[in-house]
Amino acid sequence: MKRFRQPEKFVAWLPFATLLQKEVRRFLRVSFQTLLAPIVTASLYLFVFGATLGERISVMEGFSYAQFVIPGLILMGVITNSFANTSSSLFISRYLGNIVDLLVTPISAPQFIFAYTLAAMLRGLLVGSAVLGISTFFAELPWVHPFATLVMAALASFLFAQFGLIAALHANTMDALSMFNNFLIVPLIYLGGVFYPISILPPFWERLSHFNPMFYIIDGFRQTILGVGDVPLIVSFSATFAMALALFCWAALLIGRGYKLRL
Amino acid sequence: MISALHIEHLHKSFAGTPAVRDLSLTVSPGEIFGLLGPNGAGKSTTINMISGVCRIDSGTVRVFGHDNCTERCITRRLVGVMHQEIVTDNFFTIDRALRIHAGYYGVPRDNSWRELLIDQLGLGPHLHKSMNSLSGGLKRRFMVAKAMIHKPRLLILDEPTAGVDVELRRNLWDFVREINRDGVTVLLTTHYLEEAEQMCGRIAIMNHGELIALEETSRLLARIEGRHLQVTLEHPLQEVPAELHDLQPALRESGQMLHLVLEAGQGAGAVLRRITDLGIEVGDVETLRPGLEEVFLHLTGKRPDNGQAGGK
Repeated sequence: MKRFRQPEKFVAWLPFATLLQKEVRRFLRVSFQTLLAPIVTASLYLFVFGATLGERISVMEGFSYAQFVIPGLILMGVITNSFANTSSSLFISRYLGNIVDLLVTPISAPQFIFAYTLAAMLRGLLVGSAVLGISTFFAELPWVHPFATLVMAALASFLFAQFGLIAALHANTMDALSMFNNFLIVPLIYLGGVFYPISILPPFWERLSHFNPMFYIIDGFRQTILGVGDVPLIVSFSATFAMALALFCWAALLIGRGYKLRL
Repeated sequence: MISALHIEHLHKSFAGTPAVRDLSLTVSPGEIFGLLGPNGAGKSTTINMISGVCRIDSGTVRVFGHDNCTERCITRRLVGVMHQEIVTDNFFTIDRALRIHAGYYGVPRDNSWRELLIDQLGLGPHLHKSMNSLSGGLKRRFMVAKAMIHKPRLLILDEPTAGVDVELRRNLWDFVREINRDGVTVLLTTHYLEEAEQMCGRIAIMNHGELIALEETSRLLARIEGRHLQVTLEHPLQEVPAELHDLQPALRESGQMLHLVLEAGQGAGAVLRRITDLGIEVGDVETLRPGLEEVFLHLTGKRPDNGQAGGK
C-alpha cells in the first residue's frame, strides 16, 4: 500500500475551528497586552470615577455616578478589544505576508469572517466580564434586562469586530490603522455618552450627539442594566443591529473579493 | 487522461504591466516539471495564480480537471505550495504551526505522515522552537513541510533549496523523488539548474512573462550542439577580439573567463593557438558538455541568477 495517499475524507468544519482556535491562541499568547492591560485601564477608570470623583458628581437622578459610568466602561472594554483583535491580527498577517497561509487553503470567506469575528468577540467579552467583575467592588447595579444586556454586548462586539476587519483591509500602514482607533473610535465613544448622559448637554450638542452611532450602542447597553436611557431601547437596539449588519456586509464584500488580500 | 495541471491562455498584469502573457502549458500526472526563467520572468506570478494567492485576469487553470476559480475548495486541497518568500507566523512553534496548517485543509489528524515529514526534513530537534528563533534554512524546511502536510496531489515548490545546506538539499530531493514515485506530481522552480536537469522530465522556460521553451529536458539540452570550452585568462579582457566571434564567445567573471562554443570536428588545440596568437595569456582550460545553463543563456540572454550573459 502506498503511504502517500490523499485523505479521502475532509472534515468540513475543521478549517473554521482551526482558524478560530488559532486566533484565540494568538491573543492568549500575549494576554498581558490583550487582556490584562485593558482590564487594568478600565479598573483605573472605575477607581477614579467610582471611588473618588464619582462621589462629587451626579448626572442621573436615582443613580450614583459610579452606577451610571460602569455600563459605559464595560462596553468600552468590549468594543475596543473586539476592534483591536480583528484589526491587529488581520493587519499583521497582511503586513508580514503570512496571510498567504490562509489564501492557499480551502477556507471560505464566511469561515474566514466568522472565525476572526468569534475570536474577537471572545476577547471583547472576556475583558467586559472582567471589568464587570471588578465593578462590583465600586457599585451595585440593578440589572433590569440581563438577557438584553448580553445581546447588546454581543451585538456591539460583533459590530466592532467587523469594523476591525474593514480597518485592517483599508489601512496600508500601522500608523493608518491606529488612526481608526485614535481618531474615530475613541472620540466617538467619549462623545457618545460613556461619562455623561447627553440630556445634560446644551440643545445643539444634544441634537448633534444623535448623529453619533456610538451613542445608541452605549445608551442601549446602559438601559438594559439601569432601565433608563436617553432614547427608547428599541431605537438603540435597532440602530446597533442595522450598523452591525451594514458593517458585516461591507466586510464580507471586501473579504469575498479578496480586497488587498489577493494580488 | 486528466492533466495534473492544465493552464490555458493565462494572463496577469500589475498596474498595466504584463507579468504573465498568454501562458498555456500542461503537466501530466506523475511528472516532475521544471518552470525556469530569470527573476521577473513571471514564474512566481504563475504559481500564485495556480495556488489562489493571485487573481487571474484572463485564462483558465485546471487542477486534475477542476477549475481553479469555480471549484476552488477542491483545487486548494489538491495543491500544496511552498512559496519563494519565507513567511511564518511568529506566534507559534513549528509543531503548532504544522497542526494549524493541516487543520486549515480540513485534514483529519495523521500523526504518521506528520512525523515522517518532520523526520525527512530534519525538523525533529526544532519542533518546539518558536519561528523567530529559526535560521533561514530551517524556516525553508518548515515551509516545505507545511506545503506537504495535507498530502497534496500536485506539489509546487518555488525555490525550495535556496539557503538550504548541501546535505539537506540532497535529502529534500530524495524525498521529492520518493513521493513522486508514490504518484505526486511536482512543479518546481529553482536557480540551481543542475538540480532541474537531474530532477525534471520536462522543463518550461519563461522570460518577460512568456513561455519561450517547453520540452523534455534531454531535447532542451540537445538544442545547444557542440562542446564548450571554458578558458580562464591570466588577465581579464574588456572585450572579445573580433577574430574569435565565430566561436560564439561570452565573457564571464568580470572578463576573467572566456566561454567558447566548438563546432563538431573543431579541435580545442587549434582554438587555443588562435587565442594565444592574439596575445591573450591562458591560465587554465576546461571543456564542458552543454548544460541547461547554456540553454538558458542561449534562450534568455541571462544567467539564471539574473546576471547578464557576458558576450559582446
